[in-house]
Amino acid sequence: MERRIEFNTSWQYSPAPESTDHIVLSKRYDNFIGGAFVPPASGKYFDTINPATEEKLSEVALSDEADVNRAVESAREAFNRYWSKCLPAERGKYLYRIARLIQERAREFAVIESLDGGKPIRESRTVDIPLVAAHFFYYAGWADKLEYAFPNRRVSPLGVAGQIIPWNFPLLMAAWKIAPALACGNTVVLKPAETTPLTALKLAELIQEADLPPGVVNIITGAGETGQALVRHPDVDKIAFTGSTEVGRIIQKELAGTNKKYTLELGGKAANIIFEDAALDQAVEGIINGIFFNQGHVCCAGSRLFVQESVADTVIRKLKDRMESLIVGNPLDKNTDIGAINSRQQLDTINSYIEIGQKEGAELYQTSCPLPERGYWCRPTLFLNASQSHRIVQEEIFGPVLAVQTFRTAEEAIEKANNTPYGLSGGVWSDKGAKVFKITSKIRSGVVWANTYNKFDPTAPFGGYKESGVGREGGLHGLLPYVNLA
Amino acid sequence: MSKARKIAKNDSLELISAAQNKAEDKRLEVLKTYKLYIGGAFPRTESGRYWKLKTPAGKVIANVSRASRKDFRNAVVAARRAFSGWAAKTAYNRGQILYRMAEMLEGRREQFISELVLQGSNENEAVREVNAAIDRLVYYAGWADKYQQVFSAVNPVQSSHFNFSLPEPMGVVAVIAPESHGLLGLVSCIAPVIVGGNSCVVLSSEKQPLSSITFAELMESSDVPAGAINILTGFREELLEHFSSHMDVNAVVSSDLESAELKEVQSSAVSNLKRVINLKIKDWFSDEAQNPYLIMETQEIKTTWHPIGL
Repeated sequence: MERRIEFNTSWQYSPAPESTDHIVLSKRYDNFIGGAFVPPASGKYFDTINPATEEKLSEVALSDEADVNRAVESAREAFNRYWSKCLPAERGKYLYRIARLIQERAREFAVIESLDGGKPIRESRTVDIPLVAAHFFYYAGWADKLEYAFPNRRVSPLGVAGQIIPWNFPLLMAAWKIAPALACGNTVVLKPAETTPLTALKLAELIQEADLPPGVVNIITGAGETGQALVRHPDVDKIAFTGSTEVGRIIQKELAGTNKKYTLELGGKAANIIFEDAALDQAVEGIINGIFFNQGHVCCAGSRLFVQESVADTVIRKLKDRMESLIVGNPLDKNTDIGAINSRQQLDTINSYIEIGQKEGAELYQTSCPLPERGYWCRPTLFLNASQSHRIVQEEIFGPVLAVQTFRTAEEAIEKANNTPYGLSGGVWSDKGAKVFKITSKIRSGVVWANTYNKFDPTAPFGGYKESGVGREGGLHGLLPYVNLA
Repeated sequence: MSKARKIAKNDSLELISAAQNKAEDKRLEVLKTYKLYIGGAFPRTESGRYWKLKTPAGKVIANVSRASRKDFRNAVVAARRAFSGWAAKTAYNRGQILYRMAEMLEGRREQFISELVLQGSNENEAVREVNAAIDRLVYYAGWADKYQQVFSAVNPVQSSHFNFSLPEPMGVVAVIAPESHGLLGLVSCIAPVIVGGNSCVVLSSEKQPLSSITFAELMESSDVPAGAINILTGFREELLEHFSSHMDVNAVVSSDLESAELKEVQSSAVSNLKRVINLKIKDWFSDEAQNPYLIMETQEIKTTWHPIGL
């Protein structure tokens, strides 16, 4: 007789909410420009809400062109007056100071990240915030060693960088943008995503505390128009954007005919390939982590599963069992596996794809877990018998929705994995080292995980092939987008 | 001295009568037809179009094939087909093939010099250009198995993984060769692209198109796989749009576009997020026209996480 663990009946978890007592949020946040918090020119603000409760957390400045101008002027002045004259080693010390301050206030940042964005506290506490500190720490050390990164070249900063970041890893993306830019001697204007501005604004407070010269980092909040004004500003030397491929294209077009450098870190539709000789239980954990980490709001999510035919039934059974044990709910509860979908808009997008998948003829499977009444939620979702031409296989959903396909030979898996305009990431599961290296070298993407998934490290470059973006962030290669070489 | 150079010097392009009037040269000279180079073959343009290439004095040298959008698309198909095989060759092998190209070019120096002269270069310039082109191929042949070492990294990640980042070719690269230096400009743009394992489709100089097609003949005898390098002659004004908008081209390399042309390329590239690489090269004989950073312009960095454990 087949043995099964009945997770739902025999496993009960008591609530284990993270405390929010120590969190201080202002009723309203202004832009951070020239080292001070200044109200937006228009006097307008917009709400930022907790997606798990739909309650307002605070309101933040709605910035327009005037605010962008002010922020860029401030960044330019800081570049000319302080930052370009600052000794490289001293630049590094500022970054070390920021890294340390983040470590000291890590819990506070983690809680706010979960409140504002909906991600489980377990992830913001153990992944996001530690990586933020590590990223600043890593690039701090590069500040006075840049000539070792570029043999036979003289290195100089670009000037002012305009940086636009998404809502899935709000503070981590701020760190990915700010740390290398500053280490290379640039000043920045950063625009956080409209649904998740709070940790970036808390970072602004921390930067004040760190005594960074005024204007080296400027943080302005707003929506698409604010970002557009930043992209169009003539005195910006470089644009760094993380977000959707659709917006990336708009930005690339805006920048045509200008001398601005750019890096784009865009969408993905990664293949996670499971071979019959993989450690299947580990692989199932990898599949879960690949698609349900951060509610699937991950550009490099393993959203296409390829299972070798001989083990497909076993893997899918194990996968369904494991999915059934996932707890969807309060992001601040330490037992929560899947938090809230980041916004109403994103939930609508995901739900529309769930409808599309069914209409296309793929077989829907969702777990039976209870969902909270208020807030934005999505059950862990599988589409079985998906085919290559399905939109749920071709398009990025950016939610906890996994499209499952099978394959017979390694060649078939590679062919299918690469049959996408994207090329950000991929995963391979096999116990055979030679096979792993063969597959990782054939997958056309910027990051490939073998027998693991969704791992990040400040020393490891990250970025896409094809329509997943241009340029790398992280590691030695993440310096290049922020320097001129002569 | 070859016939072509003699003709250019005399500025006499009554080819047939010039040949016939020489007592020592009774035979009728065989003139060369300049065609395109696609997938290892030399087809005429499918469009049947041509333009008359003339000396600075206005004499006709050749009816040059005027490639069409369809020719370009065929060339991209050939380049895509050749890409995986070329990229999979060992670095050592690619280095040898580039070196072989240099050997072949050396053996045909005279022909390239006289062709450049025919297309308007003075003799000294032409000699200097051909010498530099040969040396450039040797230079990049040497990089074939070294740039990976200089530009890759082993990343000391916090988890138990062997983590490394190394360059891989972007794929199919469209190259707009510069108008000046019909041979050296062409070689300088192609060599860093192909040494890194990319395949390419090249639009040759419009002013000096002959060198590119004669150069294509070298490929035939240098073991360059069919389709790895494809060369078109044609009008930049007409083809630029197609070079930059094709959905199966991964990158566009240029070096001397007018700002309006560059803007057009950058705008069309958006369709599939092509990388647009506009080299800023003023002097084709200097270090700015030959260095490993130029190889890296058409490389992607791949990071691989491999587990460490028992």
